[in-house]
Amino acid sequence: MTGNVAEGARASRAAKREAVIEGRDLVKRFGERVALRGVSFEAHRGELLAVIGPNGAGKTTLLSILAGIRRPDEGTVSRRPGEIGWIPQQAALYRRLTVAENLRLFAHLEGVADVDATVEEMLGQTALGERRDDQVGTLSGGNQQRINIAIGLLARPAVLLLDEPSAGLDPRQRERLWEFVLGLAGGGTTVIFSTHNIQEAERYGQRLLLLADGERLFDGSARALHEAVAREAAAGARAASSEDFEAAFVAFLHQRGH
Amino acid sequence: MRWLLLKDLQILRRSPLVTALLIAYPIVLAVLIGFALSRGPVEPEVAFFNQVPPGEEFPFGDETEFGQVDASEELCSRIECVDVDSLDEARSKVESGDVLAAVIVPPDLIDKLRSLTSLDPEQPSVQVLVNEEDPLKAQLVEDRIDSLVTEANLLISQRVSDQAAGYLDLLVEGGDFSLLGQSIEILGLKNAARILEGIKAELPAGERAAVEQVVRFADLARQNLDLAVPLLGAVRQPIRVDTESVAGERPTLDAFAIGVAATVTLMFVTVLLVAGSLALEREENAFARLTRGLVTRSSLLAEKIALGVICSLVVTLVMLAGIQLFVDLDWARFPLWVPAIVVAGAGFAAFGAAIGGATREVRASSLLAFMVSLPIAFLSLVPSGTVSPFVFDVLEFVTALFPFSPALDAITGALDEAGPSIWVPLAHLAALVLAYGALARLALQRFA
Repeated sequence: MTGNVAEGARASRAAKREAVIEGRDLVKRFGERVALRGVSFEAHRGELLAVIGPNGAGKTTLLSILAGIRRPDEGTVSRRPGEIGWIPQQAALYRRLTVAENLRLFAHLEGVADVDATVEEMLGQTALGERRDDQVGTLSGGNQQRINIAIGLLARPAVLLLDEPSAGLDPRQRERLWEFVLGLAGGGTTVIFSTHNIQEAERYGQRLLLLADGERLFDGSARALHEAVAREAAAGARAASSEDFEAAFVAFLHQRGH
Repeated sequence: MRWLLLKDLQILRRSPLVTALLIAYPIVLAVLIGFALSRGPVEPEVAFFNQVPPGEEFPFGDETEFGQVDASEELCSRIECVDVDSLDEARSKVESGDVLAAVIVPPDLIDKLRSLTSLDPEQPSVQVLVNEEDPLKAQLVEDRIDSLVTEANLLISQRVSDQAAGYLDLLVEGGDFSLLGQSIEILGLKNAARILEGIKAELPAGERAAVEQVVRFADLARQNLDLAVPLLGAVRQPIRVDTESVAGERPTLDAFAIGVAATVTLMFVTVLLVAGSLALEREENAFARLTRGLVTRSSLLAEKIALGVICSLVVTLVMLAGIQLFVDLDWARFPLWVPAIVVAGAGFAAFGAAIGGATREVRASSLLAFMVSLPIAFLSLVPSGTVSPFVFDVLEFVTALFPFSPALDAITGALDEAGPSIWVPLAHLAALVLAYGALARLALQRFA
């Protein structure tokens, strides 16, 4: 009996660790410039994967390839774009339509079976039921972002891509946004988000994918990044990084010539 | 596509300025054109200062007179005469713009006209004052007055030549002539020759040859003077105009004006709407979300063209219904109006889609649409003969690349039986729909 329980737990952990989405050797060129240089990664069910890196690292290019907006020159993605929810950095909504009309339009376009029920569910999830008949243009940036995310969730995707989701939001709106996203991940949705905010990546990203100049420099937890910086500092007889994650991040980039 | 179309119509409904413009534009245009066509041209106002003493006439022989009352009535039927009492008043009215010009008739006009039939002729003249601030108006007034003066000259020359022909006839045939109230009998060349012929036989042979010479001269003079009469007629109107249409009937001016108005309305409504609507998808960041699997770029383009066609059909029909209040339209030709408006609308919509596909903002697309459409519309209306043949050929080639010219032909042809056939322009427009559709598709791919 005990053995069966242990086997069940292992199977459950294995299922949880099973890659929901996988990118292999992704390369993207824009003329002479190479934006992605053979980047590979995988993300698991219910995982929050933060894609970080300096400007021009290839974060948005990677997400736009996963979303199906751009095609890679080389490499493969394990899921079709239609199976992935995509939340662009700037709200992709019709400002002259109401909240409910936006949700209903995209639900129809997504081919959702029960449009009305799904719209109600999303209104409940975003806690914007009372503002359902307000034109989107009249909502705050935070509320617009919640509708933006809700539209990405209409087709109930297993993977959700968020490009700089908290950009332009005030701290209170950011807090609400991350509560919402954490709730989604808790429900089993795999969330891949890009961000410039290193503290946010450390705080919410269970795993970090660090890109620089189109190369994958690191794939692991924030703690593992700290440890790597400390190890290399010790090997080079330099002062170890402080507890500040942003400083560790910058040091890591410096150690690799970026 | 249905949901996108409904969405666009809903957005239009929620954009009061654009909707008001879409409704107001054709109505205002219809009312303006209706007024213009139903009221006819308004005569230009011209100040008229006549210094000829009242009652003074220009006599032509015994009966014919060139009355100044007749002359001023003739003049004032062509222009709106504003009577003034002095040269200064006339000048002041022209300077202030109250009238477009002033015609000053000098007091000695009749005397100078009389002198034309005397041995000491003086050329009569009238003075015209024109305000040159507006070159277009000045040209219009100058042309109108030149034309009136030419007609007056022709009239006087006709009457003088008629009088001269009468005198010639008197000289040839003989008869009575009245001078200073006294009747004088004129023998005439014909009678003189007959008399000489009669007495010739009674003369001695030596003198007969001399009389024979005079008779021959009188005969020759009579024959030549007989020829002079039709020659005078030919000189008073050297060139007569015989117009023959060799290239089919032309549409009425009303139908052409309505066709131009309908085409301009179609162009602005459709091009601006479609270009703006497509650019809005980018401005709202929705384009990438839509085209990552929800709809294809081609479907999106087809939806925008359909939106343009629906709106342009409604707006143009509203405009034509408005014009109907002022001018009778041939509603029996309605089955031709619809395909002409739909295909012309599709041409403009595809053109608008190409503009919208190349721009990322609604404002930029509107600006570009105006910048391209307006000059093309103007160039399409340049008539042949007003520029050199080479330039006209170039203009024809350039305007054929845009939908305005074939759309105008199709709509004018649909409105008026005498207009051009609509099928060739419809085929032309269909080709433009495909070409601009392909360009728009390429632009969406290239600039996405």
